[in-house]
Amino acid sequence: MNQLLIIAVDGLVFASWLFLVSVGLSLIYGVLRILNIAHGSLFAVGAYAGASLVVAYSTAGLWAPGALGVLLVAALAAGLVAGPVIERGIIRWTYGREPVMQLLVTFSVFLILEDLTKLVWGVSPYYAYQPYQLLGQVRIGGIDYPAYSFLLLLVAALTGVGLWWFVRRTRFGRVVVAVIHDPEISVAMGVNLSRVYVTTFALGSVLAALGGAFTAPMISVVPGIGVEVIVLAFAVVVVGGLGSLEGAAAGALLIGLVRAAAVHLLPVLELFTIYLVMAAVLLVRPLGLFGRVEARRI
Amino acid sequence: MARSAKGWLAVGLALGVLVTAVGVRTWAGPVRPAEVRVGIVTFLSGAAAAPFGIPARNAAEVIISELNAGRVPAPYNTPGIGGVPIRPVIIDEAGGAEKQVAELRRLVLDERVDLVIGYISSADCLAVAPVAEELRALLVMFDCGTNQIFEERTYRYVFRTHGHQILDNVGAARYILRIRPQVATIAGINQNYAWGQDSWNTFRDSMRKLKPDVRVLAEQFPRLFAGEYSAELSALLAARPDVIHTSFWGGDLESFLIQGLPRRIYERSTLVLTTGDTVLPRLGQQIPPGVVIGARGPHGALAPNVPLNRWFREVYTNRFNVRPVYPSYHMSQAIFGVKHAYEKALAANRGAWPTKEQVAAALRGATFDTPSGTIRMALGNGHQAVEGVAYGITSRFNTATREMELTQVFHFPAECVNPPEGMKSEEWIARGFPGARCP
Amino acid sequence: MNLPRGALGVLLVAALVVAGLVLPRWLVFLLALALAKGVAVLSVVVLMRAGLVSFGQGLFFAGAAYAAGFAMRWWGIREALLLVPWSVGLAVGLGALAGLLVARYRDIFFAMLTLALSMVLYGVLIKAYGVTGGSDGIRIPTPTLLGLQLSGDDARLVVYYLAVAATAAAAWAVGRYAAAPAGYLAHAVRDNEVRVAYLGAPVSRIVYAAFLLSSGLAGLGGALTALNVGHVDPGLAYWTTSGELVFIAVLGGTGTVLGPLAGAVVYELIRSYAFKYAPYAWQMLVGAAMLLIILFLPGGLWSPVERVWRRAQG
Repeated sequence: MNQLLIIAVDGLVFASWLFLVSVGLSLIYGVLRILNIAHGSLFAVGAYAGASLVVAYSTAGLWAPGALGVLLVAALAAGLVAGPVIERGIIRWTYGREPVMQLLVTFSVFLILEDLTKLVWGVSPYYAYQPYQLLGQVRIGGIDYPAYSFLLLLVAALTGVGLWWFVRRTRFGRVVVAVIHDPEISVAMGVNLSRVYVTTFALGSVLAALGGAFTAPMISVVPGIGVEVIVLAFAVVVVGGLGSLEGAAAGALLIGLVRAAAVHLLPVLELFTIYLVMAAVLLVRPLGLFGRVEARRI
Repeated sequence: MARSAKGWLAVGLALGVLVTAVGVRTWAGPVRPAEVRVGIVTFLSGAAAAPFGIPARNAAEVIISELNAGRVPAPYNTPGIGGVPIRPVIIDEAGGAEKQVAELRRLVLDERVDLVIGYISSADCLAVAPVAEELRALLVMFDCGTNQIFEERTYRYVFRTHGHQILDNVGAARYILRIRPQVATIAGINQNYAWGQDSWNTFRDSMRKLKPDVRVLAEQFPRLFAGEYSAELSALLAARPDVIHTSFWGGDLESFLIQGLPRRIYERSTLVLTTGDTVLPRLGQQIPPGVVIGARGPHGALAPNVPLNRWFREVYTNRFNVRPVYPSYHMSQAIFGVKHAYEKALAANRGAWPTKEQVAAALRGATFDTPSGTIRMALGNGHQAVEGVAYGITSRFNTATREMELTQVFHFPAECVNPPEGMKSEEWIARGFPGARCP
Repeated sequence: MNLPRGALGVLLVAALVVAGLVLPRWLVFLLALALAKGVAVLSVVVLMRAGLVSFGQGLFFAGAAYAAGFAMRWWGIREALLLVPWSVGLAVGLGALAGLLVARYRDIFFAMLTLALSMVLYGVLIKAYGVTGGSDGIRIPTPTLLGLQLSGDDARLVVYYLAVAATAAAAWAVGRYAAAPAGYLAHAVRDNEVRVAYLGAPVSRIVYAAFLLSSGLAGLGGALTALNVGHVDPGLAYWTTSGELVFIAVLGGTGTVLGPLAGAVVYELIRSYAFKYAPYAWQMLVGAAMLLIILFLPGGLWSPVERVWRRAQG
């Protein structure tokens, strides 16, 4: 019983992190129909920005809990600078090209950003553990969890709800939905497509950077962290159904729980969990849990 | 008379042979080059760059420039190698074994390096060693951990100037039994690839041999570079072992420690970090007291107080504002081993520039001084070094060095933690360490 | 200047044969590596013609490479002319099984499912330490050719010529396939699958056939890589290896058979020189080169050559 509780908590904690790092990918795919490999480097940029700002903030000796706000600012800054630059500078030239080409363009951007982050931040690790240790512990099932993990859960939940509200309840959100359903008709109805694209890409980048910034306090921020995130995020999004927000949440939960169970009960399988879940889901539901069948065009 | 004529004839013949030999050698032997080109292969990108690749490259840079300036203490106080300056050609180790095989060929055949010092990844070492042999190129491996290389076949041109992973983990087991003889339960968390699997198997099997009633409570193998260990930490916390062994390195180790601190894993179990030395200067007070720290040999915080080490620490710290860690020490062992071998071959050659074969012969079975103490090329037919290993336990934060201080430091000599020549490591452990001489 | 296409092929093969004798040895090795990779890139191109992008060719690439390794290790077979067909056969077998699973999928789902399969193989290779040597991989000794013991430079040259011959055979096979009904139908599936189905053609069989051919080609590339490098490790099954193959396919252009092969050679050279002259920024250089090619040479590197060729043909 106790073990089940611990598995559930571990699964939930990991799922919230997975959701944070993958929801931006799903959003960008939903609107732009581009699977953005550079998502991983945007995650890394967010992590570096968050870590370096927190280090500066902590060295200055300011009000400690403010570091959490600093993380948010770092994510916003990183995403709002990098996102539009990448979309306007590079991605937009590939609209209408084959999906493979677009994929490879984002892969090229990923390669370039990998070395750029090294040029900006060097190869030495950054540590921003101050916020991680700030909030103390919570004891569940006889073992200690950092309260930060539950803050992450809260951030993930707020992000999910916020996005849902944005897409369903705001005017811009409805325009985005229209574009998702039919870009051509949307343009005919007077939608400024490139504005929708650049805004969505910026929002997706902010989300990637947010995932990075809030991960920074619990890891050592080093070159190469972006690569690891890409496949995880892809798996979550494919399991959930590409372009679906609910899907990203469901995919994150499923993978998170299965992985936690594997770690506790069958550690041998840990390496395979993500891929086995992905293969199993796709075999049963070829478009993912929340994937929508699109009209066949003849 | 006849006898003396014969004698003269013999002397004359001998002289003739000698003259021809010398003549042939000066004619066929290599001429003294303008520089010794040394290919240096180490991770400059990817996850292994920050913890290993860059500290090793830094060590190579500072040692080579100091050597060329003739500013290194004895016995390395002659400039360069036998007066010839050393010129490093630095290459990134990224790209996988296939890429590294191609790069080694290019280094040797196109860049015309005189020798290659390199390789951190065991897979790279295993892939390039036969290639170096095929090309008849001197290769000195400086940091990879696998014990397979010289246990599976013999080499002529390939050397390794540091000890392999066996000594880390046999040493860790012996150290644990010394400081916590009553240990009853152990667990491991190691990265899911050969280094992690080898390290854990060696540690677990050694513990079982040394204390047969020890029980294994958990064996966690998270993905390499996973970075997030929440669930693994829960499993380890729930299992409550006396000792947790990990061979994690780099970002994974640091992330694990950062995440372990607020979960009070240190209060429940004694942590053994076989590569812990690399994080001491970085994490400072984030490492609590009571953690067992290793350095894959007598390196870094556990290095001996000898003149070479004092010099190395000083020049390295002055240039890079951080002290050298064990990969830096491993690099220093390779460079000093090469210099030692070249100069030994030069002396044996009476000052004529040696061939690769002569340098290899000089390095085979050699004994030479390094900042980590004296290194002996004792295994693998004189191609594989043995070193001792040291472990210590963190006690309190030293505000001057900004590192945790180590106490109960214990040094296990090479004969205690390395298998004897000719015996495979696995067999050595399974048979209960025959021939081991421990204090 | 009215050369038939076959003549161009013969000329290129002749050029490669001469190259093996005159180029420096490290470049010959690199060329053999590039050709092996080029064959694997052809396997990606075959699928791309059918509108499918696989991010899991590593499954067959690594599968065949390990098959060669095991045949050497377990049964002591060192004959290259046995090892290559055996490895390719195993890859096709793997493809026949995997194809049953993935042939129904399209677009990104096909990509992700193939990726998942190759990553499962990667996991198995890492985990089955006792059998596969884990991440350290296994050594591939120098092969023999027709029973002849080879060593040193001779061995390299033989492996190179083996790669040249295999590449020529693969290029010929893909050319034949593209010109055959199955190839045309595959192209039609890419353009509009629904129409092909309505016209009464068996879409799933067409895709399955393309998948089989593709797995065999990827396996051939893997076997050649293993013999050339002399070492196999699980990195061959990692998704970045498969991604690299797709990357090179686009670099070279997917419209022709020679394009991908040329792409592989150019890619290896770019990477080698980037390693040499920019050890700290080679990823950036490769990425930037790729970006420029996609944006300014949409048909791939080979497309200008193809255009000149067409013009010469009138």
